[in-house]
Parts: sequence; structure tokens; C-alpha cells
Amino acid sequence: MLTIADQTFSSRLFTGTGKFSSAKEMESALIASASELVTVALKRVDLKGKDDDILHHLKYPHINLLPNTSGVRNAKEAVFAAQLAREALETNWIKLEIHPDPKYLMPDPIETLKATEELVKLGFVVLPYIHADPVLCKRLEDVGTAAVMPLGSPIGSNKGLRTIDFLEIIISQSRVPVIIDAGIGAPSDAAKAMEIGADAVLVNTAIAIAENPTHMAIAFKMAVEAGRMAFESKLGAQTHYAAASSPLTAFLDEEF
Amino acid sequence: MKSFNEVFEAYNWDDTKASIYNKTAADVERALRNKQRDLEDFKALISPAGLPYLEDMAQISQRLTLDRFGRVIQMYIPLYLSNECNNICTYCGFSYDNKVRRRTLNPMEIMQEVAVIKGMGYDHVLLVTGEANQSVHTDYFKKVLNLISPHFAHISMEVQPLDVADYETLIPHGLNTVLVYQETYHQDDYRKHHPKGKKSNFLYRLETPDRLGQAGIHKMGLGVLIGLEDWRTDSFFTALHLSYLEKQYWQSKFSISFPRLRPFSGGLEPKVVMNDKELVQLICAYRLFNSEVELSISTRETVAFRNQVIKLGITAISAGSKTNPGGYQVEPQSLEQFEISDERSAQEIAAMIRKQGYEPIWKDWDMSLIQKSC
Repeated sequence: MLTIADQTFSSRLFTGTGKFSSAKEMESALIASASELVTVALKRVDLKGKDDDILHHLKYPHINLLPNTSGVRNAKEAVFAAQLAREALETNWIKLEIHPDPKYLMPDPIETLKATEELVKLGFVVLPYIHADPVLCKRLEDVGTAAVMPLGSPIGSNKGLRTIDFLEIIISQSRVPVIIDAGIGAPSDAAKAMEIGADAVLVNTAIAIAENPTHMAIAFKMAVEAGRMAFESKLGAQTHYAAASSPLTAFLDEEF
Repeated sequence: MKSFNEVFEAYNWDDTKASIYNKTAADVERALRNKQRDLEDFKALISPAGLPYLEDMAQISQRLTLDRFGRVIQMYIPLYLSNECNNICTYCGFSYDNKVRRRTLNPMEIMQEVAVIKGMGYDHVLLVTGEANQSVHTDYFKKVLNLISPHFAHISMEVQPLDVADYETLIPHGLNTVLVYQETYHQDDYRKHHPKGKKSNFLYRLETPDRLGQAGIHKMGLGVLIGLEDWRTDSFFTALHLSYLEKQYWQSKFSISFPRLRPFSGGLEPKVVMNDKELVQLICAYRLFNSEVELSISTRETVAFRNQVIKLGITAISAGSKTNPGGYQVEPQSLEQFEISDERSAQEIAAMIRKQGYEPIWKDWDMSLIQKSC
């Protein structure tokens, strides 16, 4: 079981709600994924109306909503948006996304650290979307982040774990759960992320734009489970050379 | 402060045009193969040599658009606030020398129009005016934004170019996006089509996106009026403008429109006609050149064309539009800026989008994401 803040999760596959061809399609895929944490962009939901279409399709006891701040450009806007989300969606969980660059949606590390510190003080459970930057992860831990969400490759790119060397460092030294957030394009990427010891992955685009999103969601569910099981069962180390038949140090055992 | 004019000055219209028309099939094939496409690739893709590769372009364009935007189409609608205008523009129904009754909506009239638009399901509105600085000015826009911002998630504007300080004033009142079309990048032709009024200042218009970027606008829209000049050359300059702006104002988003000159009462015949095939070529070329730019299509285009084209790279569409102030409720019979080709209602368009396996998106922004200055 995965625990973030005071919440436990039996599924390590987190999902998103964007890019689907319809709310019904989204609902079907997310149910099939068995995901228990689903992120929703604040800008997409109707905060005033009570019958928002996206939220209406996510009303299941096992689904926890994770509002995200996509669209904000700095810490001040993010804190304001988080407070609004808390009020409208009645959750103190927030996926902090501050990407002032709308082209590649690169997270701003400085504003993210500032906002995390502020939001933790305001009682939020903060899950920040960040670069695969090990030092930033430690700084975020220091200010009380509930988890870190480093990217595998640019968001929406489906390029897989291009940052794997840094993800491995982050995982090896993290005191909070590590959720690999962006760029996971195929179930094999998700399995790989779990094999290297990530606590969870968040997948949106790869499921939403598949020809059959529901089947793709199931494929990701299975991949995440397989990868986690492999990690827990201790994978054999990879080697690029065979064990030498005449070891270089054998002479040490010989009599002179 | 650096402006686009410094980049623009280094180009010559005729040489640019010649280099587009000299592109070969090999240039197009290279452009199709490249992972990152530059301005030379864009030239090849919009060139006559690119036309035989339309299907390949459409396939890539659809893929790139799906990856970036998903199976969704944004919905927006224009709200014409005023047809008062001090400019003479040879192609426009609101031109100063056109004998039509002028009107600027007052707050009560605006709210009547808003009620109709909201009833259609819209949450994103595009405010449109002519250029009449004596009555339709920053203060008027501020009042309109304050009046309507409680009712919309996203407000865009297509009005006269303003100064940086004006944009800085309006943004905290709920202004998200500003569209400013250059009409044409051909300077002599621009002068010919804009003989009188503030709009005749080519350079002031050319540098408007720079002023928007300096003011920190969230999104800006570019485009030319297709039909005034050679569309390929004009589109190249639009792409050049886009690449400059993206680097210079890295926090802003961009959208592009491709309005084709439509008839209005007593109007101008297009100098250059762009056919449907060529418009698809242009849409796909923009997408192949830039996978993040938003591409929008208006009711100027026909039913059949709009049904097909939403899958090829388009990200935003308007529907149920009126192009006259008061057109929805207050004075439906007043003169339109241009004729609409697709008369279907917003709900009919939404149903068409759903039928094609896409979701119509009414809300993709929230006023709370704009930092209030107060």
C-alpha cells in the first residue's frame, strides 16, 4: 500500500482528466484503470455551478480528486487558485503546477518552492510537479511537501523516462513518495518507472488519446502492477559482461 | 526595447515570395521528415510544391494536434460591441465611408446580448469593435470587462491596437487574450487598403503584439486577411512573427486564424483567391511548423469545410455567431461586418464535434487565475 499524507492507496496508477473525446469515455477509462487519485484542472471545471460535467462523471467512492493549478504563472496565483480549489472541491490536496512557459509547460522551480512552502503553512497536502531535480526535491521535503512529482520527459510528449538517471537519484534519497508525472507514453514506460522504485506514476495523455482509452487504461494498470511487483521482488542487476573464467584476482589465492 | 520590426526589416517581400515559389518536392520531403521544422521547412510546406503532399501533411498534423491538445475543440463566440469606426478599410463593412447606422452598445444592451450567448452554453467570449477612440476607448473596455467578467470564464478582445499601459490596465479586469491581425505584411498593399484613420499606421499595428507581450498578456492571436495579397508570402511573415514572439515573450500563448475575404454589401473582390485545398495546406503547415500554436476557424467557412477540417489541426471554433453589434438580441437586423457561411447553432456544432469523436470544450480558463491588481 502506498501512503501519501494520511491517505492510503492500493493503486499506484494516478490519472488525469484532460484530452478525452468525451466525459463518458473518460469515466469508462478511469474506472478501468482502478485509479484512486485523479487530477482535474481547475480551469476546466465549473467552480460556480454544482453540476459540472467532468466532476459529475467522477463521483465514485474510490476516486479522490486532485485539483491542479494548471494555468497559473507564479506562486501568488498558485496559492490563490489552491484556496479556490479547496473551497469548491472540498479537498485540501493540491497538485501544484506552475509552468509559466505555455509552449513546453516547463515547471518553474523557484515559484514552485515558494508556493509549496506557503501552501503547507495553509494546511494543504501539496504534490508539486517539477523537473527531475534531486536538489529541488530535498528543498521541497524541507518545506513539508507531501510527495514530489518529477517529470520523465516533457509533458504530453510520450517520450518515456528520458530523465531516468536523475529519477534514480531522487528515488534513492527521497523521504517522501516519488510520483513520476509527465512523458509516460507507453505501459512499458510505466512498468520501467515502477521497476526503478517510483512509488506511483501519473498518466493522462497516453490513455486519453489512445484509439481505445479504456483498453489502454487497463494496459497501464497491469504494467504498473507488474513493475511494482518486479521492484518488490528485487530485480537481478544488469551486467554487460560475463563472469570471467580466469578471474584477475585469482592469483591472490595462489601459493607463491 | 527590441521589436518585431527589426526582424521584419531584414526581409524583402519579392525575394521571400520567390524563395517560396522556388521550393521543390525534395524540399517538401525534407520538411516532412524533419522532427523540428524551421521557417525554410514552413516555406516548402506552403509552397505549390507542397500541394501533392497534402495527405501526408494532414496525417502528421492530426497526430501532432491529438498529442498536444487531445480529442477536444474549444468553443468561443464573438460579441460585437460597436461598429463605430474612423478607419477606411477597403474590405470591411464597418469602414468609415460605408453609409451604415453606427451604434455602440450600452451596458444594458450588452447584458441582453450576454444573456443570449450564455443561453447557447458559451463561457468564452470574443469582444469585437471598430476603432473609434472618442467613444470606444480603454475606459469603455474596462467598464465592459467589469460588467461581463462575472459571467464568463475567458474573455478575448479584437479591437483597435492599444498602448502597453492600456493593456496593463485591462488585463487585471479579466482580459485574457487579444487578437490583432496584421491584415497584410505587404506594406504598399497595406497602405492601399487602409488609406485613412489610425489604422493606416502599418508600423504601430506591426508592433502591437510586442506591446501585448510587454504587458504580459496570456494569449495573443495573429493572422492576415487572406485575399488581400499572396497568401503564401503573408503566411510566411505570420510564421516569422510567431517565432519571434515565442522567443521574446515566452510566457504568452499564441493562436492563429486564417480569415478568407468574404463579401459584404458593396465589398472588395479578393485579389488572390485561396481554394479549400490551399487552406487545408496552410492549416497543416502551421501545425507541422509549430505543434503548440492554437488554430482557430470561424463561421466565415462553409458547413462542409468546417465539418471536415476540425480533425486536421484546428483547436478552436466559433458557432452561432453574429457579426453586428446587437446581432443576438438588441438589433438583429443591423448591418453585419461580413457574411456568415455556417449558420448552424452552437449546439448543432457541438453535436457535430461529438459525432466526430471530439469533445466540445466550453470552459478552459477561470477568471480566478488572473491576478487582480486590487
